[in-house]
Amino acid sequence: MPGAYTGDEAAAYAAKQCRVDVVAAYPITPQTIIVERFSDYVADGEVDTKYLYAESEHSAMSACVGASLAGARVFTATASQGLALMHEVLYLASGLRCPIVMAVVNRALSAPINIHGDHSDMMGSRDCGWIQLYAENAQETYDLIVQAFKIAEEETVQLPVTVNLDGFTVSHATESMKVLSDEDVDKFLPPRKPIFKVDPETPITVGAMALPEYYYEVKRQQEEAIQKSKGVVKMVGDEYGKFTGRRYGFMETFGLEDADAAIMCLGSTCGTVRSVAKDLRAKGKKVGLIKLWTYRPFPTEEFLSTIKDLKALAVMDRAISFGAPYGALCSDVSSALQNTGMDIKVMNMIYGLGGRDTPPSTVREVFDEALRTAKTGRVKERIRFLDVRE
Amino acid sequence: MKLSWRKTPIAGIIFEPGSSAEYRTGDWRIEKKPIINQDKCIRCLICWIICPDVSINRLQKPYGKYEETIEVDYYHCKGCGICSAECPVKAIEMVEESRVVA
Repeated sequence: MPGAYTGDEAAAYAAKQCRVDVVAAYPITPQTIIVERFSDYVADGEVDTKYLYAESEHSAMSACVGASLAGARVFTATASQGLALMHEVLYLASGLRCPIVMAVVNRALSAPINIHGDHSDMMGSRDCGWIQLYAENAQETYDLIVQAFKIAEEETVQLPVTVNLDGFTVSHATESMKVLSDEDVDKFLPPRKPIFKVDPETPITVGAMALPEYYYEVKRQQEEAIQKSKGVVKMVGDEYGKFTGRRYGFMETFGLEDADAAIMCLGSTCGTVRSVAKDLRAKGKKVGLIKLWTYRPFPTEEFLSTIKDLKALAVMDRAISFGAPYGALCSDVSSALQNTGMDIKVMNMIYGLGGRDTPPSTVREVFDEALRTAKTGRVKERIRFLDVRE
Repeated sequence: MKLSWRKTPIAGIIFEPGSSAEYRTGDWRIEKKPIINQDKCIRCLICWIICPDVSINRLQKPYGKYEETIEVDYYHCKGCGICSAECPVKAIEMVEESRVVA
């Protein structure tokens, strides 16, 4: 069914159709519309959901963990400082294997205070053990949330998932998109079957202390689960594709079959990159795009097979890893390339911090630089800060 | 027998209720253990109430004029000495572990 939705509205609508049992949330710009819209559904009796108005994001995520352990299907959403305040509880959600789904509307972290989009919030919590998906637009936000529940609740996975959408660029822009009927979502996503739950009839101990003798084993098992979830991400993406005609998975590429130079990035900027790449290809330039839907687990093998014929790759990071050799995404790319013997020149482009616009002219500049590097085999600058006043 | 990571229960969950009793906290004792003098003890149960580790047992074993015997559960007793400090009749002595014949 076609409709017009902002990214935030699309997220709320997806959560509604996924028949979540519990939403515990706290509003924060630019995520507010998600929880606002969802509380409308609750007030209008359109959903059978227990809605908890928490006093902070720390409490919201704590309530989500409790509800999830009791066997509920749980959704929440946050952004920026809210995600930062949840930080310690994010590790509980993944460590206790709670298949919670959370929309993260990416927004810059303070200071200076700012409400606009960048990826510093999610990158700040990137090692929290959650599966992390990035949407390019409202359509993908909707599609990924529906898939996220299916991935999270798969028996072998049992892990929480974030669906990331860029603040304002996606969250507040209205797009025409397709949504499924309620019946179709029900067909695709059956009710949750918890593999264990907190239940007075059969008491279990959750959150017991694990000292040096056992902590490591529990964490090793958790790492196995997120690595193995790759198969599930792919399976669910294929299944969703058969169901809707919109196939998902680890990544989407454009022009990679014969590209010399490509840009890799996350989120809404992929749209700008694709459009510029199309223009350049029409002029005979061999450029391409690698858009990552699945940032965690990082699809190392699939990524390497995608880039095997590339000469130069510009990795765009919308967050600084302060004091590090590269931004987060570029660090992953260079570690994936380690010991493969592949000679691909990698350069890191930091962009769009605090909502700084990244127009097509900037992307063209990056492609020019990548093409030059592909030709000369020399990287001029390991890391560049795009569109900052020098 | 410690479990491998593959066999460790998911999320470190303990599926058996009450299993913490298996954990031997008695080996946390480092210096002294409480010894109850059964002749001095007046069965007031103050030690049984205040023991922070639930390590005082009331046994249905008659002793003298009393119907029950109060004993220390050394499997769990951490040797904190609170029972000895609180005993109103000084019936509980903290004794060097090495001097106690088990």
